[in-house]
Amino acid sequence: MQINWRPTASINTLRERAQLLKTIRYFFDVRNVLEVETPILARSTVTDVHLEAMSTIHTNPMDNKQSKLWMQTSPEFAMKRLLCAGSGCIYQICKSIRDDELGKKHNPEFTMLEWYRVGFDMQSLIDEVDLLLRETIGTSAMRQMTYQQAFVEYLGIDPLSLSIDTLVHECIKHGFENIVESVNLENNQQTDVDMMLQLLFSHCIEPRLVGDSPVSISHFPKSQAALAKLCPMLPDTALRFEVYYKGIELANGYEELQDAQIQKQRMEEDNRIRNAIGREKKPIDDLFLDALMIGLPKCSGVALGVDRLLMLKLGFTDIRKVISFSIENA
Amino acid sequence: MPNFSTNEFKAGLKIMLDGEPCNILENEYVKPGKGQAFNRVKIRKLLSNKVLEKTFKSGDSVEGADVMDTELAYLYTDGEFWHFMNNETFEQIAADEKAVGESVKWLVENDTCVITLWNGSPIVVTPPNFVELEITETDPGLKGDTAGTGGKPATLSTGAVVRVPLFVQTGEVIKVDTRTGEYSSRVQK
Repeated sequence: MQINWRPTASINTLRERAQLLKTIRYFFDVRNVLEVETPILARSTVTDVHLEAMSTIHTNPMDNKQSKLWMQTSPEFAMKRLLCAGSGCIYQICKSIRDDELGKKHNPEFTMLEWYRVGFDMQSLIDEVDLLLRETIGTSAMRQMTYQQAFVEYLGIDPLSLSIDTLVHECIKHGFENIVESVNLENNQQTDVDMMLQLLFSHCIEPRLVGDSPVSISHFPKSQAALAKLCPMLPDTALRFEVYYKGIELANGYEELQDAQIQKQRMEEDNRIRNAIGREKKPIDDLFLDALMIGLPKCSGVALGVDRLLMLKLGFTDIRKVISFSIENA
Repeated sequence: MPNFSTNEFKAGLKIMLDGEPCNILENEYVKPGKGQAFNRVKIRKLLSNKVLEKTFKSGDSVEGADVMDTELAYLYTDGEFWHFMNNETFEQIAADEKAVGESVKWLVENDTCVITLWNGSPIVVTPPNFVELEITETDPGLKGDTAGTGGKPATLSTGAVVRVPLFVQTGEVIKVDTRTGEYSSRVQK
């Protein structure tokens, strides 16, 4: 197929994009949140089971030594190191790069807005995401649900207490028998449970999170805590939330885990799972852990896809229409 | 047949699903930011002609289907089978009623059709996009009518019924779009 040199977004869309970035910067400027930049290239990366970082080689001209550098899947670790160094509230608009992701809502390099609010709990940050969406793309008031409420409302099952059998049965009911075929009931693997929950959520719930209001889904199961603190009130859940608008996943945030020891355990557990499912283990970011040892202030942080935000603002369903050049003709 | 992984899925790839050969129409990548990636695939089942969506875990593999398209000229029907011939090798293939299906009303002798073979047997017969057929019966139209005003039904030599403009008469040959079953134009004799 002939590759076209022309931008995949129209020039008008790029004007809208510039305006959106201006509005975002204004939003944080009036709130005294400091804009920062952190490196795209770093000596380590995330251990997330379902994120693949790309890497490249750097040659040092002084000694000709070559070292592997990872392209950041998000600026999270570097920004948290800034927080540990006393930056106070910060935000960043930057490129993030993820391998093995391409589709109507995914481009391997994409623009992320990530911000951290010192002293905020999860609810305060959800409220601020709500405000940001109203001011940038004119949404109406956000609807809030917990992960559990979403499953109960849309599927009639409780994701926190159901057995693996029930979950397999539910997946079969929705035509996913080919996917659950490989699930071994005897083993009762947490990874299988999470895979099935993600399957049901992305296929049976997410498409129904439509309407004029964005929806926040909070209190993810603790097995999907990622970098969030566990919830002291609902012990099977984590203080993690996501925001959906018109069926599109837009943001993912946490009341941030501060404990370096637990953080390290979660990374090691990620690597154990990666190994078990045949994926390469990732080096653990010791500089990030060193910073956590010194102390991350109590804070909440969230990452929001700027390309998707613009898609939603303009009513586009293909990410290529909002970026100057997609990976196909970059 | 080899197996195909979801990252090889693209429009036109033939795979086996529920024991039936299927054609992939679309492949959509679905991935939660922090979760397992899936491929939501739109497929057409080639025997039942049903279109449906199926989701696969990214990286999973499915068996390929031994399906190929071949261009053959339509010869004749003996009432039970419809016979086609490869104009280069003169090899003949007979398709049954199930394979011919709705296409039966667009089969014109010597027209080149696409015959879809599964494990060597015909399962789908696709007529050319346009065929020329004679009108065997239609009501005489009103004088002075020009194209595009409602039209009338006309029965063609194969038994197909299409809507034609009022000025088109019995005995004339018309060009029909087989994909929509709509009248396209009159054919000058």
